[in-house]
Amino acid sequence: MTQAVPIEAVLTVAAALFCIGLFGALARRNLVSILIGVELMLNAVNINLIAFWRYYEAQFITGQTFALFIITVAAAEAAVGLAMVIAVYRSWTTVNAESVDSLKG
Amino acid sequence: MELVIQLIFAAITALIIGAAMMTVLVRNIIHAALWLIASFFGVAALYLLLEAEFIAVVQVLIYVGAVSILILFAIMLTRQITNQGAQQFVARWWVGAVVAVTLFTLVMAPALITATWVLPPQQGPAGAPAVLAGPAELGRGFVSEFLLQFEIAGLLLLVALIGAIVIAFEERARRRRVLTLAEEHALRSQESGVRSQNEPPQPLVAAERTERATAGQD
Repeated sequence: MTQAVPIEAVLTVAAALFCIGLFGALARRNLVSILIGVELMLNAVNINLIAFWRYYEAQFITGQTFALFIITVAAAEAAVGLAMVIAVYRSWTTVNAESVDSLKG
Repeated sequence: MELVIQLIFAAITALIIGAAMMTVLVRNIIHAALWLIASFFGVAALYLLLEAEFIAVVQVLIYVGAVSILILFAIMLTRQITNQGAQQFVARWWVGAVVAVTLFTLVMAPALITATWVLPPQQGPAGAPAVLAGPAELGRGFVSEFLLQFEIAGLLLLVALIGAIVIAFEERARRRRVLTLAEEHALRSQESGVRSQNEPPQPLVAAERTERATAGQD
C-alpha cells in the first residue's frame, strides 16, 4: 500500500472530502444538511490521521487512538446536534437555518 | 500487485468523492442521507486499504450504523411535506463554493508542489517487515497510556446522552398525537370518500398533513 499509492494521493482525497463537506455546511439551508456536511468534514480529518499513521509511524498506536477519539466526539456531536434540530423544529416548526433568526441583531 | 492496489484506491476515491458530491448537491434530503451512507462505506474501505482494520470496523459500526440512522430519524421527525419543493441552497451558495475551492487550492498547492514527503523505511530491524499496531496494542494503550483520555471520552458520551435526551424531550401534555395505522386508514378512506363526492381529487397526503398539524396545535 505505502509503495503503490503515494501519501499525497490520500491527502488529496481527504482535502477534497473536507472541502465538499465545507461547501455542504455553508451552502445548504436545512439544519440536518449542515450537520451532514460537518460529518463529512470529520471523516476527512480522520482519513488524514489514519494516512499519517500508516505512512509515518505504523508501529505506534497514537494515530489510531486519535482517530477513535474523533469518532467518539463526532458521535456525541451528532446526537446533541440532531436533538437540537428536533427541539428547534418543535418551537419554530422549521428546520431552515435562515428562519431561526431570533438572535439576529 | 501495485497496479491492483492503485486500481482499488482509484475506485474507492471515486466512491468517496462522488457520493460526497451527491450528498451536498442532491435536492431530496433523504437521498442526501443515503449518499452519505455510501460515502461512509467508501471511507471505511479506504481505512481497510490503509490497514487500519479496527478503525474500519468502528467506522461501519458507528457512522454507517448509528450516525446515519440518527440523521434519518431527524429527517423523518422534521420533514415538512408541504415544503417539499422549497429551495435547498442559500441564496449566495456560490460564496460557499468559492470558499471551499479556495481552501482546497490553498491547502493542496503547498502540500503537492513545495513539500517533499520523505517516507521512513517501512521495514523493521534486520529487514523484517514493519509491525503494524493492531487492535491488541490499541486496547493496551487505552488502559495504560491513554487511560485518562479514555475515561474522559466515556464521560463525554454520557454527557452527550443525557444532553440529547434533555434537549429532545417533549412533555407528554404537549406531545402531538400520532395516529395508529387503523385510524389513519379510516381517516384516509373517509376523506377520499367525501372528496370523490364533492370535489375533484386533490393531493391527499398534503391536505391530511396540514389538517393533522392544525389539529395538533390546538
